[in-house]
Amino acid sequence: MSAGFTAPSATSGYDDAQPRMGFFTDTSVCIGCKACEVACKEWNDIPATLFEFSGKSYDNTVGLGADVWRHVAFIEQRVPRIQEAALSGVFTEERPGEGGEGGLADFRWLMSSDVCKHCTTASCLDVCPTGALFKTEFATVVVQEDICNGCGYCIPACPYGVIDQRKDDGRAWKCTLCYDRLKGDLEPACAKACPTDSINFGPLEAMERMAAERLDTVMAAHVPGAQLYGDGPSGGMDGVGSLFLLLDQPEVYGLPPDPVAVTKHVGQLWRAAAVAGAALVGAAVASFAGVRR
Amino acid sequence: MAEQHPVGFQWVVEAQRRGAKVIHVDPRFTRTSAVADLHIPLRSGTDIAYLGGIINYILTNHREFREYVVAYTNAATIVSEEYVDAEDNGGIFSGFDERSGTYEVSSWQYEDMEVASASGQHEMGAGLGEQHGAHGGSLEHGQPPSEDPTLEHPRCVFQLLKRHYERYTPEMVAEVCGVPQELFLEHAEALCANSGRERTGAMAYAVGWTQHSVGVQYIRTAAIIQLLLGNIGRPGGGILALRGHASIQGSTDIPTLYNLLPGYIPMPHAEHYEGLDDYIDKNAAPTGYWGNMDAYMVSLLKAYWGEKATAENDFCFDYLPRISGDHSAYASVMDMLDGKVKGYFLPGQNPAVGSANSRMHRFALASLDWLVVRDFSLTESAAFWYDGPEIESGELDTPGIGTEVFFLPAAAHVEKDGSFTNTQRLLQWHDAAVEPKGDCRSELWFYYHLGRIIREKLATSDDERDRPLLDLTWEYPVQGRQSEPDAEAVLAEINGWKADGSPLGSYTEMQADGSTTGGVWIYCGVYADGVNQARRRRPGDEQSWVAPEWGWAWPANRRIIYNRASADPDGQPWSERKRYVWWDAEQEQWTGEDVPDFKASMPPDYVPPDGSQAEDALSGTEPFIMQADGKGWLFVPNGLKDGPLPTHYEPHESPVTNPLYKQQANPARQLAPHRHNPSNPSGGGGENPYPYVLTTYRLTEHHTAGGMSRTVPHLAELQPEFFCEVSPELAAERGLEHGGWATLISSRTAIEARVLVTDRIAPLRVAGNTVHQIGVPYHWGFRGLVTGDSGNELLGVVMDPNVHISEYKTATCDIRPGRRPRGPALARFIADLPRADDAPTEGGDS
Repeated sequence: MSAGFTAPSATSGYDDAQPRMGFFTDTSVCIGCKACEVACKEWNDIPATLFEFSGKSYDNTVGLGADVWRHVAFIEQRVPRIQEAALSGVFTEERPGEGGEGGLADFRWLMSSDVCKHCTTASCLDVCPTGALFKTEFATVVVQEDICNGCGYCIPACPYGVIDQRKDDGRAWKCTLCYDRLKGDLEPACAKACPTDSINFGPLEAMERMAAERLDTVMAAHVPGAQLYGDGPSGGMDGVGSLFLLLDQPEVYGLPPDPVAVTKHVGQLWRAAAVAGAALVGAAVASFAGVRR
Repeated sequence: MAEQHPVGFQWVVEAQRRGAKVIHVDPRFTRTSAVADLHIPLRSGTDIAYLGGIINYILTNHREFREYVVAYTNAATIVSEEYVDAEDNGGIFSGFDERSGTYEVSSWQYEDMEVASASGQHEMGAGLGEQHGAHGGSLEHGQPPSEDPTLEHPRCVFQLLKRHYERYTPEMVAEVCGVPQELFLEHAEALCANSGRERTGAMAYAVGWTQHSVGVQYIRTAAIIQLLLGNIGRPGGGILALRGHASIQGSTDIPTLYNLLPGYIPMPHAEHYEGLDDYIDKNAAPTGYWGNMDAYMVSLLKAYWGEKATAENDFCFDYLPRISGDHSAYASVMDMLDGKVKGYFLPGQNPAVGSANSRMHRFALASLDWLVVRDFSLTESAAFWYDGPEIESGELDTPGIGTEVFFLPAAAHVEKDGSFTNTQRLLQWHDAAVEPKGDCRSELWFYYHLGRIIREKLATSDDERDRPLLDLTWEYPVQGRQSEPDAEAVLAEINGWKADGSPLGSYTEMQADGSTTGGVWIYCGVYADGVNQARRRRPGDEQSWVAPEWGWAWPANRRIIYNRASADPDGQPWSERKRYVWWDAEQEQWTGEDVPDFKASMPPDYVPPDGSQAEDALSGTEPFIMQADGKGWLFVPNGLKDGPLPTHYEPHESPVTNPLYKQQANPARQLAPHRHNPSNPSGGGGENPYPYVLTTYRLTEHHTAGGMSRTVPHLAELQPEFFCEVSPELAAERGLEHGGWATLISSRTAIEARVLVTDRIAPLRVAGNTVHQIGVPYHWGFRGLVTGDSGNELLGVVMDPNVHISEYKTATCDIRPGRRPRGPALARFIADLPRADDAPTEGGDS
């Protein structure tokens, strides 16, 4: 990957450039303890709001939002897995424990801690009219709570559904990648709390290497469906600061397979609009000219 | 383990990264199963059949570590001719008394030898066996028992073991446990393949093994496997008890148990001793480290009563409280119901949610004169008298409850100094970060000042009965605005002092003549050189891989006990890969990675001369230094109340008729007959009104009875409602809707839960029938940010006879869609519930 991807955004304008910092979340060793969720809420003083049984396995915080900046998904998978069924066209309902030899080993309970992707081209930031969202010196994306006016433009702009409005205050909230802790040379609260090193934090280049190595190990152990998730520099977000090792397709975890920043093609759109506009003008001129004729 | 010990589980993940294979056996597919290499579901309550199957696999396939077994276990020892195995007697061992439901153990003895109690003086057979220790059997003057090292003698332990487990075949395991044979065999083979000279395997269990009417025998079965495979006393081996709280190990070492004094010294019985000498005589073992019990006991008495304790007054032995029977938690609760117990302290305990048959506990609390609750919030146990379900149902009314409840807010661990002792016997000190707020105080503060105030009130008393209190050494420095006692001063007292007032370095320095003091002999050394050794924090990369300078482990900072077994009988490592401590012939001493378990100068070929005492009476090849014969016990001749060899019994409540024996349940299990504690009928398959297996457990998100988690918003929202886990098959059978409500019913009560239909709890094929299991966490109660019924409401109290722990992990129930009756309708509903036909008699079979 290009140096420009892991270096802080060239457009951010920091003189004292830091290496780009990010996460590598290795879901293959996630035990679903939710220490990341709790540590995040404690450190960032995020209120608890949901006191309802969701029925979604052991997940009761349901998804990332204004009050959930780290979210652990729990996916109970009966064999065969979705993509295998899709490939073969056969869906056999084999029960754990009844499948005879090896039947049980194919039942999986996937757990994955999701978080803001801290995109290179962050559409939330791009659409923010007040400048509340900004790129830090670590190339992370942060909302300034004292500037956000609650317009909500950022919310539909995020292709991952990360940022959200807090109902009782109207402002937009999301993971800051513990900007205050990073300033103090501390790792983010979620990574600090993770007991199994499922959540890793460091310079993004190191995270990329770690992710690649871990993928090799997991592939060598024949874990089905193992793959890295995280938009690269040539992707729709021009790269992200949160990488994941998943054990199945992103859709299984509720992640978009091919996200594109809504602002990525703005220039193109304007150019297209300009061309269309020029054509219209031309046509209008032509038609008037015709009238005169 | 990932569910209950996520922080400790990081090391399991680390081991996996280094190539370890993790196998998880659990009725449910849990967070641990999710990352394990293999998950094996089994029917709750059938672990002895399962583990017995592994013993059978080892013996049938000659996979035992033969040299280890012959040298270090009692496999070769010949057992009395009078012994009759359960295999030959319908599931009951010789010596059983039907009337009392107890065993008399003389027929279990080694040949031509009376092996005294393995755990201090048990009064076996009288139903009063309440004393408890950890002593080895007593061998007359170190005389070794009759042995056959070829292991061929028909009455040697090895052959008895073989016969006892002959029927525990893979087919039988499948039949009893519902575990497919190939899964079972994969596990058995993995264990064997990872044991021996070059490799070791460990077993970890949590309360899933202890909370059964045969709980101690579960652990025994694991111990037999690990001894046969040579996995005890060696690095990477062992049986790891994952405790239910941060310092439960500490609270048995320095016990909150009624039948123990600190350091596993038996609590004296009211009637059985003439005096200190008689007590020592009846409890100390002539051989092994319990041979020095007099020194430990006298040092303890000196710690309690200081200068007042003299040789002339038996070192104030008569000041010690006495026990007169079973005063364990459940026995006390039954006594409350009978009006025999007037007052109760609940420091950080919430039995109105956390104990089996919690409903019965609330009736018991309502029968007290006074109750002291020390906790972080007004728990269900503090509020039962105005806010409990029995108030709602009309079975209790507030004006009618005479219990005076004192609530005292407690400090949290970050607000006080102290130590945690973990399952590795490792003490780790923690310092207070902040002072407790408001009226919150530490336990140390509470008990010190309570004692101080009582002593002040009694100061002028000349009543003889007040002497034990007034003569106590009760001088501790206090500090800070709240007059918090100095916790390190207590640690120094626990460690003990020599005659000259300097700290003891080791329990081997303790004397029986009153010249030393020491509050807990096994902790002696934790304050060696006047330094708080538990506070050491040298990073792992600055010391050897054993990390002896992180914290301090009892005894003697030893990280693996019985480590003599890590070397062969000649004192050389079994293998280079697994070397740990070994005999250095040039230096003429033991050396290696850890503190050796015995005198470092004792050569491997040491043979005790006639008349040797205590540790000197064990030979150089006897690693199990707390046992009088120095051997690991495959067969237990004395010390257990329910048999010398673990045997599969069905749980007290089971929908299955015991496929292995005529005897249905543990014949010696301890029952607690009471109108509030009825039993469900057991056995009978489909005819049973409670046809489903019920198992209770905790979730990662909550802590025990919820007092520390249901009150914390960030934890409460993670698991906000009580739910039950059922398979899609059971949901279809009973019309249960995912996300809807279900009512769960036992003969005790009915509770309601949200339904979580999940593949993680699969139906099993047992003895030709489908057995459904239902899982319920127990964290909820009627108070806190999130409320709900507790799974423990469904359970009856029926106990392991050795340790009086109730069978939380398995019972039976029925389940129906919809919510339970409320208010007075619930009381009427409970009254009409089917119960076992005739209340089982003590020890009898239902």
